[in-house]
Amino acid sequence: MIVLSALGSRRAGRVIERNYRFYRRQWLMFASGLLEPVFYLGTVSLGISQLVGDVEGPGGEPLSYVAFVTPALLAVSAMNGAIFDATFAFFFKLNFQKTYDAMLATPVDPADIALGEIAWAQLRSGIYGLGFMVVMVAVGAVLSPWALLAWPASILIGFAFGAVGIALTSFMRTWQDLEYVSLALQPMFLCSTTFFPLSTFPRPLQLLVECTPLYHGVALIRGLTTGVVGLETLGHAGYLLVLGVGGLAVASVRLQRLMVR
Amino acid sequence: MTTLEAGREPLIHARALTKRFGDFTAVDRVDFDVAPGEAFGFLGPNGAGKSSTMRMVGAQSPVTGGELRILGMDPGVDGARIRARLGVVPQEDNLDVEMTVRDNLLVYGRYFDLPRDVIRRRSEELLDFAHLADRADERVDPLSGGMKRRLTIARALINEPEILLLDEPTTGLDPQARHALWDRLYRLKQQGVTLVLTTHYMDEAEQLCDRLVVMDGGRIVAEGSPRALIAAHATREVVEIRPEGVAIVEGWHAATASSVDGLAERIEELPDRLLVYTDHGDKVATALGAQGTDLDRVLVRRSTLEDVFLRLTGRTLID
Amino acid sequence: MTAPARRAFGYWAVRYQAVWRAGLVAGVVGPTIFLAVMGLGLGTLVDDQASSTSSLAGVSYLDFIAPGLLAATTLMTATGDATWPVMTAMKWAKTYQAQLASPLGVDAVLGGHLLFMAARLAATSAIFLAVMALFGAVNTPLALLAVPAAVLTGMAFAPAIAAFSALQDRDLGLILWYRFGATPLFLFSGAFFPLSQLPIGLEVLAWVLPLAHGVALCRGLSLGTLALVPALVHVVYLALWGVAGVAAARASFTRRLVR
Repeated sequence: MIVLSALGSRRAGRVIERNYRFYRRQWLMFASGLLEPVFYLGTVSLGISQLVGDVEGPGGEPLSYVAFVTPALLAVSAMNGAIFDATFAFFFKLNFQKTYDAMLATPVDPADIALGEIAWAQLRSGIYGLGFMVVMVAVGAVLSPWALLAWPASILIGFAFGAVGIALTSFMRTWQDLEYVSLALQPMFLCSTTFFPLSTFPRPLQLLVECTPLYHGVALIRGLTTGVVGLETLGHAGYLLVLGVGGLAVASVRLQRLMVR
Repeated sequence: MTTLEAGREPLIHARALTKRFGDFTAVDRVDFDVAPGEAFGFLGPNGAGKSSTMRMVGAQSPVTGGELRILGMDPGVDGARIRARLGVVPQEDNLDVEMTVRDNLLVYGRYFDLPRDVIRRRSEELLDFAHLADRADERVDPLSGGMKRRLTIARALINEPEILLLDEPTTGLDPQARHALWDRLYRLKQQGVTLVLTTHYMDEAEQLCDRLVVMDGGRIVAEGSPRALIAAHATREVVEIRPEGVAIVEGWHAATASSVDGLAERIEELPDRLLVYTDHGDKVATALGAQGTDLDRVLVRRSTLEDVFLRLTGRTLID
Repeated sequence: MTAPARRAFGYWAVRYQAVWRAGLVAGVVGPTIFLAVMGLGLGTLVDDQASSTSSLAGVSYLDFIAPGLLAATTLMTATGDATWPVMTAMKWAKTYQAQLASPLGVDAVLGGHLLFMAARLAATSAIFLAVMALFGAVNTPLALLAVPAAVLTGMAFAPAIAAFSALQDRDLGLILWYRFGATPLFLFSGAFFPLSQLPIGLEVLAWVLPLAHGVALCRGLSLGTLALVPALVHVVYLALWGVAGVAAARASFTRRLVR
């Protein structure tokens, strides 16, 4: 809250509180979002890991397939935590339920809404991240004490996706536009080096993959859990931070324009 | 121009208030004052600029030109502080439909930074006021339109506002719900809440408002109490005459008008009937009957604000 | 196809003209990307392993998952068609009620919509089979039978899902089906790895549910490795699920529409 006040927002916490109250009644929907990566993990550990042997880890060392995929799925679950509320739910509240019109008739202003919704995305990512970390320990994929930083890393991922999600969605006008979000998420997920390393791609495609945010989230967390930490770790974190700050700036300006007419 | 009691500060003060969207001028240099404790109305057809005016008064829409002071403050500077003391009932409900009735009140109260126990206490009173106490823990989505409207009004009162802004409060409601709502608003007024509302229903304006302004095309075309407006711009009674058959034949208006010539103060021609403005409707009706007009086609009624609007703009309130 | 059902079918077909592009993306482009990325990407890792080539009976990973994807995608397409469109038609757009105001009866209304779902499954499966051929995953003309096999697989689910959706008042049930039903089924169908690798309890569960049969059927046909008796078993099993699903759908549609 202190950070939010420092950024000039006094009521972002109220926006978060509204989301909390909403999900308190819909906790099943909230909790079930954590399960999709767990199912993928099940597929991997029970099914595919026997087909694949060891895989090259971030430091070049051989990793069991489970130890390779699990940290990546942690990044995916952090993304999942943020993305729905930052896109579909945000669009619905903005254009259909007119929830923000209601808020703006009170002392709440657009900056509060931008900051509050992005902070909520991070909160949800953090909760999903924590939950998945328990799974990760249970599966034996934690190979280094650096893995403790995987939790703040998941919040950072939530920040990046939350901010970019809100920024992009604020420009959309119809449900069809949102379809593009779903459309983009699946290939990004498959190509994020969750299931196979970057070296599998031909070089031109590698460059493309390195531009996507999920790749950086995956690489960041995998480096932390395997203890391969160095400049590139800062690079991945920096990429996500820049994306988040950029999204926040765009969202703040855009929401101000959109909501105060 | 205003008829406020001398010495009372207006709660809302507008001079040459203007709102432009690009090239389009929605509100064109309007002047009005709202006194504490009164029920003030903006009457006019859709597109007259009422909602735009309300949004400016609610400190939600920036003023393009002119002067506007609400509760003595400038909305451009103290928007949040003003909004903290207002209650807003929008034209379309914007409730959180997946949440319960009670949660809607709680969440909204929190936007005002009210402590939770204060909100809980006020919620109980408001739920009684809105006759929603037995639905308090149900989801909003399945409730009827009238219930949702009552909840929206209850919600707007959670911060005990000094001014309640209502934009078309009873549009879309059935007659029973409308009257119930008017009753509650009247009670609020008795408790000292200042009401500002927009409407295109003249019966609503007549029932609820102490004073009103008539808006058309972004401008104010008349103002005063409902009774004063009718006295100034219409006669006491109106006789409506409809033609035989389905459509009006050429010359029917002129012929019928001349048959009551001398008895009428004014005559208006509408596509489907003739309006004869007079202070003595029964005399006109008798005259028509004596000429053989079928009295089933003749209606004598009191003047309303609709007639005022027609006189001032040449158009009806409902296009 | 009875004449009344054909009329109801016509409604859905006309509507589809406006949105066919979106359906194509989900039904064809999505699985194509999946096939390319996982078949080639993950496939590189799998095919490098000597042990896995024996698990997959000497087939490349891409050739292994392609027919699996063909079958498993029909589950997702059927889910997409039988969840929100059915609930929307029942509850908000009141499409079914409008159709019932005509001489059509509940059977025709239901039949028309199910026929449309089957038609869409046939179209997207046929296109995906062509994609598979482009990737070199199709070795025998027997593979053409994989298209009706895929439709049969999807229709083993579609009526049951529609039966469920017709009874829903809120999104929650549909979202839960997607997350707890369709997604794990998709992953544990034998499309991505042989089911024999699962612990015995899970393997039995997978075979009780129809998708594993659809996957086995499509794979056997496209690789040319299927014997007649197992094929018939799979076909009959899928058909039984489909018939039961239609019975359930008739019951729930009647309950909601005939008051």
